[in-house]
Amino acid sequence: MTADLRASAGDSLYPRLEPLLAQVQKPIQYVGGELNAQVKPWDDVAVHWALMYPDAYEVGLPNQGLMILYEVLNERPDALAERTYAVWPDLAGLMREHGVTQFTVDAHRPVREFDLLGVSFATELGYTNLLEALDLAGVPLHAVDRDESHPVVVAGGHAAFNPEPVSDFVDCAVLGDGEQVVGDITDVVAAWKDQGRPGGRVELLARLSRVDGVYVPRFYAVSYAADGTIAEVRRTRDDVPARVGKRTVMDLDEWPYPKQPLVPLAESVHERMSVEIFRGCTRGCRFCQAGMITRPVRERTITGIGSMVDAGLKATGYEEVGLLSLSSADHSEIGQLAKELADRYEGTNTGLSLPSTRVDAFNVTLANELSRNGRRSGLTFAPEGGSERIRRVINKTVSKEDLVRTVTTAYANGWRQVKLYFMCGLPTETDEDVLEIAELAVEVIRAGREASGSKDIRCTVSIGGFVPKPHTPFQWAAQASAETIDHRLRILREAINADRRIGRSIGLRYHDGKPGVIEGLLSRGDRRVGRVIERVWRDGGHFDGWSEHFSFQRWTTAAAEELATFGLDLDWYTTRERTEHEVLPWDHLDSGLDKEWLWDDWQDAISEDEVGDCRWTGCYDCGVCPTMGTDIQIGPTGRSLLPLTPVSR
Amino acid sequence: MARTPDGPPPPPTVQKLRLRYTKRGPLRFASHRDLARALERALRRAQVPMAFSAGFSPHPKISYMGAAPTGAASEAEYFEIGLSARCDPEQVRAALDASLPPGIDVLECVEAVEGSGSLADRLNATRWRIDLPGVDADELSAAVQTFLAQEVVLVAKRTKNGTKDVDAREAVVSAAVAVEAGCAILLVVVRQLTPTVRPDDVMAALAAVADLHPPLPARAVREAQGRLDDSGDVADPLGPDRVASSRCQGEPAQV
Repeated sequence: MTADLRASAGDSLYPRLEPLLAQVQKPIQYVGGELNAQVKPWDDVAVHWALMYPDAYEVGLPNQGLMILYEVLNERPDALAERTYAVWPDLAGLMREHGVTQFTVDAHRPVREFDLLGVSFATELGYTNLLEALDLAGVPLHAVDRDESHPVVVAGGHAAFNPEPVSDFVDCAVLGDGEQVVGDITDVVAAWKDQGRPGGRVELLARLSRVDGVYVPRFYAVSYAADGTIAEVRRTRDDVPARVGKRTVMDLDEWPYPKQPLVPLAESVHERMSVEIFRGCTRGCRFCQAGMITRPVRERTITGIGSMVDAGLKATGYEEVGLLSLSSADHSEIGQLAKELADRYEGTNTGLSLPSTRVDAFNVTLANELSRNGRRSGLTFAPEGGSERIRRVINKTVSKEDLVRTVTTAYANGWRQVKLYFMCGLPTETDEDVLEIAELAVEVIRAGREASGSKDIRCTVSIGGFVPKPHTPFQWAAQASAETIDHRLRILREAINADRRIGRSIGLRYHDGKPGVIEGLLSRGDRRVGRVIERVWRDGGHFDGWSEHFSFQRWTTAAAEELATFGLDLDWYTTRERTEHEVLPWDHLDSGLDKEWLWDDWQDAISEDEVGDCRWTGCYDCGVCPTMGTDIQIGPTGRSLLPLTPVSR
Repeated sequence: MARTPDGPPPPPTVQKLRLRYTKRGPLRFASHRDLARALERALRRAQVPMAFSAGFSPHPKISYMGAAPTGAASEAEYFEIGLSARCDPEQVRAALDASLPPGIDVLECVEAVEGSGSLADRLNATRWRIDLPGVDADELSAAVQTFLAQEVVLVAKRTKNGTKDVDAREAVVSAAVAVEAGCAILLVVVRQLTPTVRPDDVMAALAAVADLHPPLPARAVREAQGRLDDSGDVADPLGPDRVASSRCQGEPAQV
């Protein structure tokens, strides 16, 4: 083995990788050297982090979370962080053939030699890619088979709020914001190494389990009742917490990361830089896991945002800045921010954009302002539900009249392309709810043609299957079957195409219901689902977020065979409605949300009752702030952006 | 009727610069699209006053030409930019070079002289150096001789519309073999025809005529790109601009 020939730890695999790169697709994604990438000498630091985004480079590179942690860790004098991404099958095959292991793109060091492997799970469909990376790295798949020479595998990201399905494969999961906890983990690892690794790997994990926000699954035992539900989750050591709470970073202005955003040579899914203008959301959309687990709202100030935009543009050369958050138009200073940023970058061909926004006429005004200097591409709204009734169920209330009026205003203001996001398969949904999407789209085009005086306008309806997520009021809901989703998408398509004169201005983008079912299994799964994931990977499954690699058949076969051992099946995990007092696999992981409040909100959903936003209508006792010792941080600050000397042209 | 954006048209191009840059080290794996993105961002970081096209989607005025294939290194890539304000070419070169990742190095920048013809017309041939580790130099020489003795050597080439047979022999002006540090090296001057015959097409041709199959991937470097001169060598494509600019000593170019 080459490991024996290696002179020292941290040596580059590049000389052995390079001949393979000439034989694969898009080799540039494996060579690193991105603008603002960092390489630190291996022996200068005590703690080595490999950070992985478990998807292709083009998807993983723009990920903000990973970029932030990369910079935060590299700023520490005692740590270094390098990045690694999922390797496409063409290169993975050559690596196995030539004995080249999973490497980081920064210095091409073997992942196997790092102290920690941090993996950010934005979606559960990345689980098989973790297994593939571990195997390519030469790290035992199962956490219990690793010794102290192997990296500690740490899961993070939103999916880590229920890491039970991957609990066999990860050593720890981190709940909540990562900026501070990665420092705490680094301290623990540094001290343990400095002391000569007392107690080996188990002692290290025990120490990590006492870091706020770190969950070590092996110290918790799960027992099951005769009906297959969880009887109890019990800790197996009394020096670990009974429940693990999430981490929350307060005062975002103190964490202006990424300061030096990475700019790849390769094409990526986001050809722009992003600035997070606030974190958390209290709109209370009941389907939205992000909005539930990231509370409370913490705004960056207008001046903090202004300096991040300025520094980021100078460091990257990007020509577009996305103002990122879960609901960007809700920033308390957004109107002023949009105007002053647009003033500042007047005449520089710098575009500013918001992610999809709520349906609100004010958002058209905002978009007009933001697109003053850049390209006016399209506007995206997210009504999510097709009918007013279903929008009350999901607590994203907007009347049909307001919706049509808002979109019409966009057309009247010169936007020719409007995209509308919807979900299908929501709790209590009927065919009629989904068919209303077609009515809405037709009405929007009719009114839009009239308002703009042009037939050259388009409306794209983008629709995805709803997947119930942990830590949301819908965590108890029955997921719609793939057949139900596919049926509703079919009748929707027919309804949109019923009148070709209107229908040709409407685009429909959708995915079939199958991947959603698997995402549902992985989202609300327990430890028993780990066997399904491992089986699918052994059968060749990976890149499950890519339709050309995803195999529904492979998943259903594996689920049927592996779950039968427990007397369970796929439907038990997906289309089964949970009862109020069922122990959910993630109950011992604390997002701060009070389970009783979540249940009441679920009941309110069924009776179509809305709930307000605590920023404006007062606290409704979701539980987060008192449990976590946090508070809402919003403006307005009363400050304003000073004009900069604009980029000359 | 075509819609036009409100407001004044963008400022016109007042100066054209022609630049030579490299693709070295790991960045040989960059494609021409990767390089275009990197150059455009670097121009913004370097605050080069680019001229923009008019319309709803203004684009900076940049022309790329004759990009080396993905995987091939290059010492001689060229592009041309249009500026909305006059700049010192050397300052633009230095600022741009500083804004690009190591491996994409801007070596030269000259002002395009009006009337001196287009840069693209001066790029019709490449001198390639192809390192062939593990290949015996005598075997390589014999293969090259066999190849040069042919009238036509067809190789299958993947194009946008499927596979197409291309004559690799017609494109090759000269080919020689050298040895450096024990490694056999093929030096070959290739005419840039359509479709272009690339180093891997030359290697495919050697495989076809002489059954030459290198045990390790070949490493190609474009050493020079330019117009094929009478002696069969590749001329400096920026030469005519350099001559003309030195005549007017850095003053705004005159026709």
